[in-house]
Amino acid sequence: MTGSENTAPESRSARVLREIASGGVALTVLSVILAFVIGGILIAATDPTVQQTAGYFFARPTDMLSAVWQSVSGAYASLFRGGVYDFTAPDFQGGIVSLLSSLNYATPLIAAGLGIAIGFRTGVFNIGGQGQMLIGATAAGWVGFALPLPAGIHLIVAIIAGLLGGMVWAGIVGLLKARTGAHEVIVTIMMNYIALYLLQFLLHTPVLRAPGSQNPQTPAEKPTALLFSVFGPNYDLSFGFVLVVAATIGCWWLLSRSSLGFKLRAVGENPRAARVAGINVNRTIVYAMALSGLLVGLAGVYQVLGQNTTGFGSDIDAGIGFNAITVTLLGRSRPWGVFAAGIVFGILQAGSNTMQVAQGVDIDIVTVIQSIIVLFIAAPPLVRAIFRLPAPGSRPRAARSKKVAEAK
Amino acid sequence: MKLELQGITKTFGALVANDHIDLEVEPGEIHCLLGENGAGKSTLMNILYGLYQADGGTILLDGTAQHFAGPGDAMRAGIGMVHQHFMLIPVFTVAENVMLGHEQAKLGFLDLPAARAKVREISARFGFDVDPDALVEDLPVGVQQRVEIIKALSRNAQVLVFDEPTAVLTPQETDELMAIMRQLKEAGTAIVFITHKLREVREVADRITVIRLGKVVGEASPTATNSELASLMVGRSVELTVEKSGSVSGGHALTVDHVTVIDARGQVVVDDVSFEVQAGEILAIAGVQGNGQTELTEAILGLEEHVTGGIHLDGLDLRQLSMRKILDAGVGFVPEDRQEDALVPEFTIAENLMLDRSDGEPFVKRGTLQLGYLRSFAADKVKEFDVRTQGIDTLVGRLSGGNQQKVVLARELSRELRLFVAAQPTRGLDVGSIEFVHERIVATRDAGVPVIVISTELDEVVALADRIAVMYRGRIVGIVPGDTPRDVLGLMMAGEVPHGTEVAA
Repeated sequence: MTGSENTAPESRSARVLREIASGGVALTVLSVILAFVIGGILIAATDPTVQQTAGYFFARPTDMLSAVWQSVSGAYASLFRGGVYDFTAPDFQGGIVSLLSSLNYATPLIAAGLGIAIGFRTGVFNIGGQGQMLIGATAAGWVGFALPLPAGIHLIVAIIAGLLGGMVWAGIVGLLKARTGAHEVIVTIMMNYIALYLLQFLLHTPVLRAPGSQNPQTPAEKPTALLFSVFGPNYDLSFGFVLVVAATIGCWWLLSRSSLGFKLRAVGENPRAARVAGINVNRTIVYAMALSGLLVGLAGVYQVLGQNTTGFGSDIDAGIGFNAITVTLLGRSRPWGVFAAGIVFGILQAGSNTMQVAQGVDIDIVTVIQSIIVLFIAAPPLVRAIFRLPAPGSRPRAARSKKVAEAK
Repeated sequence: MKLELQGITKTFGALVANDHIDLEVEPGEIHCLLGENGAGKSTLMNILYGLYQADGGTILLDGTAQHFAGPGDAMRAGIGMVHQHFMLIPVFTVAENVMLGHEQAKLGFLDLPAARAKVREISARFGFDVDPDALVEDLPVGVQQRVEIIKALSRNAQVLVFDEPTAVLTPQETDELMAIMRQLKEAGTAIVFITHKLREVREVADRITVIRLGKVVGEASPTATNSELASLMVGRSVELTVEKSGSVSGGHALTVDHVTVIDARGQVVVDDVSFEVQAGEILAIAGVQGNGQTELTEAILGLEEHVTGGIHLDGLDLRQLSMRKILDAGVGFVPEDRQEDALVPEFTIAENLMLDRSDGEPFVKRGTLQLGYLRSFAADKVKEFDVRTQGIDTLVGRLSGGNQQKVVLARELSRELRLFVAAQPTRGLDVGSIEFVHERIVATRDAGVPVIVISTELDEVVALADRIAVMYRGRIVGIVPGDTPRDVLGLMMAGEVPHGTEVAA
């Protein structure tokens, strides 16, 4: 027979997902380093002093080199100051504020990233993070400002409402895919629009709009529903971060220790074998989407109860639904990888503010660095070529099966 | 144009796919290349078409040696190929497909009228009746194949290779194809016709070359009888012997009653099949690949959608059950395509060993994987089934075919079974692994489990079977005792019930 018979019916997107997920840790770290190098070049190139000194580079090269050093080291030092530890602060409390704010930035990224990761591991591409966040945030936010409940219970009810909101919104997609074969990428994108415009509509009705206001903005959340600071007012770390740590542990358990996770992974890696092994593939996909949406919903909860507590509009998702995909790719769809990647992105975000204030480096440089990281992660051969790494023992299974097929 | 292949040799690792093969095709001749699956026919033709480079030997066209670096060279030299799996773009029209790769342009625009005219001209010459503007995806399979032929002819092919062209055709379409081949032959084309179906060979071939295990084992004329051809094709290779005592009948276990399966294209692939398997016997389902064995197996396992008839295991109606329930009822299954259907290559050996038991004890308690139990279980099974590996955490995708199959067997045979179904259990395995797999299958039978072995390898069928059911075109030609002579089986695989043979019900 010809080799084509043995070609897996695996879709292109599934293969790309798997390749990204199976890339080595070294590759990930190298991608980050490369991105910082390129970011440094950009910072230096756009620095006015560097540009000036470059004009007489051949007369006094040291001028330019020291200017380059000044700009790049200054920028990254302030990034560190703003994102990890402010070594210029007088005391520990002042220094650690940077890290705490990074962790707060990281919280929704990790939550949504875990959700996307569950999807990836099951072979479904959930790019409906935006919609699921909006619905989750709306549900949690509405409970938070509209229901008069006692402290404690109020927060719990609000959180559950948010999780359910995201779960339902993504679960619909899972059902559609399982029942009709609709492609999840298209459906999730459309669900994003539905969620966005539904929210915008509701913001113009008394359901969500703050009384007496003409702005499409909800009233402020009641204090009983807010995610409190874990270590008190002096060390501002939201309880949301604790939830995200718990979620990461939960995801780790789910994927590597639970029966359901085993099925999710089996379906993600080889749906045909999973089906023959008696696993209900369609049902598993619905579960995966629902869980994915639940975690993305948690990100929405954090946005309304931890981040913007004074009322929200239709931009409450802050692009996290999409940034989370980046975080997931960087974290290679592993729970703790996503956790680490989320913190890296949180640091970049918190640090970029300081970098702009202290060094006049535009905040967008961080977006550039984030994008370059993803670019490298999505193109492992490029990183391998730059660092002259050997190609991995690329799929001996395929090679062998091809030979057998060829021989026939 | 006269085609000669001299001493073509091709190896893949340790496997010799073609061993000094000589072949000669005259213009205006249909030369049949006959052989079982895996005999090396397709490899030979892929060398001719420039898809593979031969390790040794020469290709001559009209006495001139050729060196093909790729299909483009072969096409320019006048060789055309009609692949078993069509190389057409479904959303393009016939004319667009025909011009693909040889697009002619006028002022930067594709010259579609010229392509249409070409299609019409060739259609008219051979009476094909193909509309150049029809979308390929809307055409029946038989017509799509004609588009492939037009494609080859539009590039002035003098030598046409048909690689298993009838595998996808209905009987009627097959007859039409035969007529087309005769027409082409009269027009002076040299034709190589690859097949394993005896009936077709006898119908159109001028000369027949039989290939077995990569070697030419003989030539025959079309006047040879079916049994002569069958015994040439099936041959007598290494005798695989399995220690086996007489079967102990334990009464009917599996009853398959008038089962018909219709595939996604609406074709009847299993046609009114009935048989019974008794506890403690091996029923082998023999037949050339693609005669409905795969679909029959999948129907028993609940993997086919359009099934009619009854399938009962110890009185339990399997058709009412999901795959999950069928497995839980004690059906062990070794799928035909190990890498696609049986294993998750990126999972470890241990994980693959629990793949079809991910729902309950002993591997799962309260939704949690019992990793400690799994590890000791896996370590035991790896030892018991002699899986050669570094350890139970090795990814299954990194194992050799034989070791992968041992993992599948270990998984399926370590449950309490009431039926064991093994499809092509030794395909692609080395002799040592084959022996091991056969021993385990016989041991399962001896434990009183009814066993179904589906195999296209006659050696395997003869070595294992207590009774043999031969399938041809979706039907069971007959069920015969395990000691039935090979030439009789060969004939039955060609769809003929030989006279004087007692066919057991």
